[in-house]
Amino acid sequence: MARETAPAGTRTDATGGTADLLRVENLSVEFPSPSGGWQTTVQDVSFSLKPGGSMALVGESGSGKTVTSIAVMGLTGATGGRIASGRIVFDGVDLTAGTQKQWRDLRGPGMGMIFQQPIRSLNPAYTVGDQIAESVRKHLGMNRKQARARAVEMLDMVQIPRAAQRIDDYPHAFSGGMCQRVMIAMVMACNPRLLIADEPTTALDVTVQERILELLRDLQEQTGVALLFVSHDLAVVAELCRDVVVMYAGEVAENAPSEQLFFHPRHPYTSGLIGSIPKPGLSTDRRLRAIPGGIPAPGAWPHGCRFSSRCEFAVPGRCDVAHPGLVRLDGAAEHHARCVRAAELSLDGVTV
Amino acid sequence: MIRYASRRLLAAIPLLFVVPLLVFALIELAPGDPAVVLAGDEPTPERVEAIREELNLNAPVLVRYAMWVGDVLRGDLGTSFLSDQTVIELLTRRMATTMSLVLVAMIFAVVLGATLALVATLRSGGIVDRFVNGLASIAIAIPGFWFGLVLASVFAVGLQMFPAFGYQPLADGFWPWLSHLVLPGIALGLLPAAEVTLQLRSALGQVMKSDYVLNAEAKGLSRSSVVFKHSLKNACIPVVTVLGFRVAEVLAGSVTIEMIYNMPGLGRTAIEAVQGRDIPVLLGFVLFSTTVVVLVNLIVDISYGYFNPKVRS
Repeated sequence: MARETAPAGTRTDATGGTADLLRVENLSVEFPSPSGGWQTTVQDVSFSLKPGGSMALVGESGSGKTVTSIAVMGLTGATGGRIASGRIVFDGVDLTAGTQKQWRDLRGPGMGMIFQQPIRSLNPAYTVGDQIAESVRKHLGMNRKQARARAVEMLDMVQIPRAAQRIDDYPHAFSGGMCQRVMIAMVMACNPRLLIADEPTTALDVTVQERILELLRDLQEQTGVALLFVSHDLAVVAELCRDVVVMYAGEVAENAPSEQLFFHPRHPYTSGLIGSIPKPGLSTDRRLRAIPGGIPAPGAWPHGCRFSSRCEFAVPGRCDVAHPGLVRLDGAAEHHARCVRAAELSLDGVTV
Repeated sequence: MIRYASRRLLAAIPLLFVVPLLVFALIELAPGDPAVVLAGDEPTPERVEAIREELNLNAPVLVRYAMWVGDVLRGDLGTSFLSDQTVIELLTRRMATTMSLVLVAMIFAVVLGATLALVATLRSGGIVDRFVNGLASIAIAIPGFWFGLVLASVFAVGLQMFPAFGYQPLADGFWPWLSHLVLPGIALGLLPAAEVTLQLRSALGQVMKSDYVLNAEAKGLSRSSVVFKHSLKNACIPVVTVLGFRVAEVLAGSVTIEMIYNMPGLGRTAIEAVQGRDIPVLLGFVLFSTTVVVLVNLIVDISYGYFNPKVRS
């Protein structure tokens, strides 16, 4: 399991296997509701990630995947919410039980995050070089000169041409794709062990998307950083991640190793997502499947299975009565689905 | 940047002549004859006519304006009707008082406003935030002259902490200079301080919700770096704009404050000039004020380049 490129000093557990780098246990996140009180937006989410591993959080907008990744970074408070219950354990340390400062000190050298809107994530008032340098000065204790050299080195690494000149440019002088490269350079400059990428290519041109994904894959191979990849795009996830967690309405609907999930989905929602991926090479008269309806908002979650109102396999009296649990499936290690009919349904996966 | 600044300055020159034209027109429309005022009690018509002739008041208004412009271009602002001093002498002597007062008022406004806005932002949504907001809203509604009188009666007359009136030049020492400026400076700076507070509080609130501030947090930067480096500079853009306008208001407000605190400044000079129909002095004052406002706005424009690099390209 452990990769050769995994950073030195990785903890091992009692059985000799590699311990988890990140463990999210029963995480629930709440935000203030407009009508007063607190509204749960992410409920009872658990997953884990090994050092050097790659995992995707997949779901439609509003499924809670970004809220989950923000919570891992310890930034829930900064976005106005709070972690209601559950634990976030990083490298064996329970961060939810620790101080804000402990978490803050980990951001940068421990974990870094790149966002959906790279142009808006860079401060317009400072040069990109300055914004990369301030991280390494703070976390790696470099002086100005060393930090500047590091900034050039990182811009070079993310393949920005004429890096030595461009570090003195302001963000507005860069395109969206270039801004995302700058963001990646900024985060990777501190040698983090976990990289969270929240829809890093959604706001970019299709041609640029592929290059950014390639860059992320290369970086992962070169540095051994663990990747938590947040996306609504299953096709992208298939290329990049070993494991997939599918989220729906604030909770985990299904999780499995990628291959297992793509070829043998056990939750109708996952199957629907796979069916809605356009595939080149297949007959053009095949219609893309769309999942009818929209994701219910927090607070409007159905009483039974949260997907039941949109599910073509839903059976009245079974699916809409009780909230189903996330069940481990027989015959498939590491495969869980939140569906009462998981055992009896035969769902379409990726067809080759 | 220098090209930009000089272009802006050239564009402002017409303004320096249009504003005095408006003043000419206003004086023409206003009731009262300067010659009658100058002729003293119970003047004879001959005496009034002689004064009119001497001061060239019989010429049409546009001719008088053209002559004034010609003199100004030769560097001559004329001589006061009321005293023998040239307008330039008079204004330079009284300029220091007013500029000191405006400076102290603006420093007070920026320091107090920025501090309150930062404290309120760091306690966002809390009782301190609401208290600061309420305080600033009340301060905006307080008239400067009334506040000036209250300050004088409490801190000068009552507690005797500061002098109640007058002015000491900076040449006489820093403390004597400053002590005469504290109360009038606060009275004059209250309104801009309240405006800076509200404006900066709202701008900071916006910026703190931005993606780049969340990113700064995600980089594990210290709280002070997130607030002072990544938030404050961007939040200053709207505040600087407002400050530029406020300098003009503070300059106007100095007129009443100088009267209350009996300070020999430009505002007092302007009031006396209006009352005595001393047209050259009034025009000189208007020309000076217009120049100051134009220069301050130029400085504001140039400062945008610092706060917002996008403007530079």
